[in-house]
Amino acid sequence: MAGQLEGKVAFITGAARGQGRSHAIRLAQEGADIIAVDLCAQIDTVAYPMATPDDLAETVRSVEELDRRIHAVEADVRDRDALQAAFDAGVAELGRVDIVLANAGIAPLSMNPVPEEWQDVIDVNLTGVYHTVEVAKPSMIEGGRGGAIVLTSSTAGLAGIGGSTPGGLGYTAAKHGVVGLMRSYANQLAEHSIRVNTIHPTGVNTPMVVNDVMQEFLQSDPQLGQAMANALPVDMIEAVDLSNAILWLVSDAARYVTGVTLPVDAGFLNKR
Amino acid sequence: MGRLDGKVAFITGAARGQGRSHALRMAQEGADIVAVDVVRQLPTVEYTMSSPDDLAETVRQVEALDRRIVAREADVRDYGALKSALDEGVAELGRLDIVSANAGIFSQGRAEELSDESWEEMIGVNLTGVWHTAKAAIPHLKAGGNGGSIILTSSTAGIKGFENFAHYVSAKHGVVGLMRTLALELAPDMIRVNTVHPTSVDTDMIQNDMLYALFAPDLEPDQRTREALGERFQTMNALPIPWVEPVDISNAVLWLASDESRYVTGVMLPVDAGSTTK
Repeated sequence: MAGQLEGKVAFITGAARGQGRSHAIRLAQEGADIIAVDLCAQIDTVAYPMATPDDLAETVRSVEELDRRIHAVEADVRDRDALQAAFDAGVAELGRVDIVLANAGIAPLSMNPVPEEWQDVIDVNLTGVYHTVEVAKPSMIEGGRGGAIVLTSSTAGLAGIGGSTPGGLGYTAAKHGVVGLMRSYANQLAEHSIRVNTIHPTGVNTPMVVNDVMQEFLQSDPQLGQAMANALPVDMIEAVDLSNAILWLVSDAARYVTGVTLPVDAGFLNKR
Repeated sequence: MGRLDGKVAFITGAARGQGRSHALRMAQEGADIVAVDVVRQLPTVEYTMSSPDDLAETVRQVEALDRRIVAREADVRDYGALKSALDEGVAELGRLDIVSANAGIFSQGRAEELSDESWEEMIGVNLTGVWHTAKAAIPHLKAGGNGGSIILTSSTAGIKGFENFAHYVSAKHGVVGLMRTLALELAPDMIRVNTVHPTSVDTDMIQNDMLYALFAPDLEPDQRTREALGERFQTMNALPIPWVEPVDISNAVLWLASDESRYVTGVMLPVDAGSTTK
């Protein structure tokens, strides 16, 4: 059976591991080729270990194992020029991009907050998303065959959760900001049949959440622990659950879905 | 292999339009179907409603896909009749996994002009009927012990106000409240509950003289063509299309019904060409 994304190319940020790698694999399973970028380096204010070049190499290996092509580049979403260069090189190799997943994100949440967290999380989680769409937009419009963009927000993009540290406030502010970006892009790009939506995960079983620093942080404040309690009897959801939501959103099955905030949150937001 | 192999879906308003499309789309993915429809005219509805022949055509098309279907004529306002129809369907097909509360009517009139009859018929079908559908289904879903997925059909009129049909807007907003509460009540049983919110869909419910007059009162009746009205409808959407097709709603319902959305509950999912974001 032909895949749902046969002949399409997807640009994915934060693709070295976690949700981003899962998206790359799920889309490749459905026939898409992948342009993958990831910082593959540590940011000082982030207490948990971030992705490495080896992680990105593993994403490449996994996609190639599916007989799909992948162009992987180490690039920082905060650096628009570097991101543009990565995108352009990917398009030169794989062809016109149909799908953009702005997935790269950090969670500088720890027991030892520093003021710089605010700027770092805004730069990566909001400005980085803006850069991701901006570098892809002109060629998608010029391509003239529409497209689908999914921005990864969070339950913290629709509710005031995340705590009172600079990083926590910045995380919630950035994830809310992503919704505003999505709504503006959805309206602007509709005439080109380019659809733009957000997804809003609850806690996902990835290295960003499942690490000693994050667990200590969440357990330090009962309110924050509560913030992770789902309605469905599941503690965490898996990366593939987000990938399946994204796959639906970017496929022709959702050809008229745009401007939508789609929670994949085990009923968390509705329970609040 | 289908995405709903081995599952059974209960669909109201299944004789034609979105309901028939849902039945076919889910049957294509392996589901057996319990279909109900009122298949007669209701007094306050100005366009022609579905007929027994329409329901028979749904049966024919599902069976042509080699799936089983139990179809019954029932009014969603009549809880006893609805429950009997579903109980018979479950007895024959063996289980219940998916519920699509799709049956709905449309009529119009400014709030101060709506008759009590029009208000009550609208709330009866489009809100109470949805509650009846869930109420009849929940014991079967729980008894199965496999979780389940309930999809309630709301509307863009369940998200924002529109002039000239306050009763429809009220019912469709009410469906959201029902969904939010059912999602909480049923979460411990892994039964998910979500709403879909279509913009205009290319079915008989909008392609009729009454709705054309409502959206193009300035045009002479002979000028109210499908094309002319398409331009009016398109102004409501962000994407450059006049309306969506029934299968677009079916594809959303299918995703919500499938295991691909196993942790999605309590969600309002617009399929609205950007209409509510515009």
